[in-house]
Amino acid sequence: MSVATIDADPAAVPSTPARGRGGGGPAPKRTVVAYGFWIFILSDMIMFAALFAAYAVLAGSTAGGPRGVQLFNLQSVFIETMCLLLSSYSCGLGALSAERRQPGQFLLFAALTFVLGAAFLFIEVTEFAGMVARGAGPDRSAFLSSFFTLVGTHGVHVTGGLVWLVYLVAQVMVKGLRASVLRRLLCWSLFWHALDIVWVGVLTLVYLMGVA
Amino acid sequence: MDGSEHVFDDRTPGVEDHEPTASYLSYTVGLGLAILATIASFVVAQTDLLWAPGIPVGLLVLAIAQIGVHLVFFLHLGSGSESTNNVLALAFGVLVVFLLIGGSIWIIANLNANIMLMPM
Repeated sequence: MSVATIDADPAAVPSTPARGRGGGGPAPKRTVVAYGFWIFILSDMIMFAALFAAYAVLAGSTAGGPRGVQLFNLQSVFIETMCLLLSSYSCGLGALSAERRQPGQFLLFAALTFVLGAAFLFIEVTEFAGMVARGAGPDRSAFLSSFFTLVGTHGVHVTGGLVWLVYLVAQVMVKGLRASVLRRLLCWSLFWHALDIVWVGVLTLVYLMGVA
Repeated sequence: MDGSEHVFDDRTPGVEDHEPTASYLSYTVGLGLAILATIASFVVAQTDLLWAPGIPVGLLVLAIAQIGVHLVFFLHLGSGSESTNNVLALAFGVLVVFLLIGGSIWIIANLNANIMLMPM
């Protein structure tokens, strides 16, 4: 397929691609897919924003029940944060080695990402169970209802991300690192990094401001 | 016009021939900055050295800085022409998020301040 036969003045055509601005031909499928998934992530962020707003409004409504200072253990929250941050890092390295067509390294990083994400979930579930056992479940006060809704929704997203990761690793093993699988991996890594961004908000608004 | 000059950069839709823009280094720099911001947040939240009413502001600034680090180093939002659309969409998302959270806090704080508690 030669494009040089098109009868046009070369000087009038920009020689550098200008993706996304109409010049240089259609954007690669990878860019388009990532853009579509990015729109989904932003809509997910807006849902989280609604939950954040609910929490911010209800944080003081403890109905005589326990407040954040009495419930939160910053040490385990710090370990949780580091687990999620490191799993985001290893997810990025995994996506990079997949793009460089290094399946062995990809599987290693994917396993590390899974273990760190699962460790995060384990700590979170333990924390939730401890709170419910102390009578500070979601039915205690509006503060705790909004706390469990916000942090629980993030936890459900992490669970979904882990299930998705297992499914993608199976695809890489069966189909190999072909273009369609790489696009799915790209979407998953966007999702996983976005969850870490939401956690920065949870950490700051819920835990650190709740204790400070 | 001779055919040897390729001044056009025409591509078939769906052709995957891009170079990975990220590197191990950029992820590691991002991780380092994110860990710094996280540790700083925990220190700010628990220290007695700072003026107490300023602590939430400091935490907010650190959180926004860390989100910026994540966006640039992990999600690779940059000034490249490929991410123009993504940055524009993000800007709209941030607008909606701020309207939602800020508006809710503002309205409910107003209602709480003006509420008349009826005698039972």
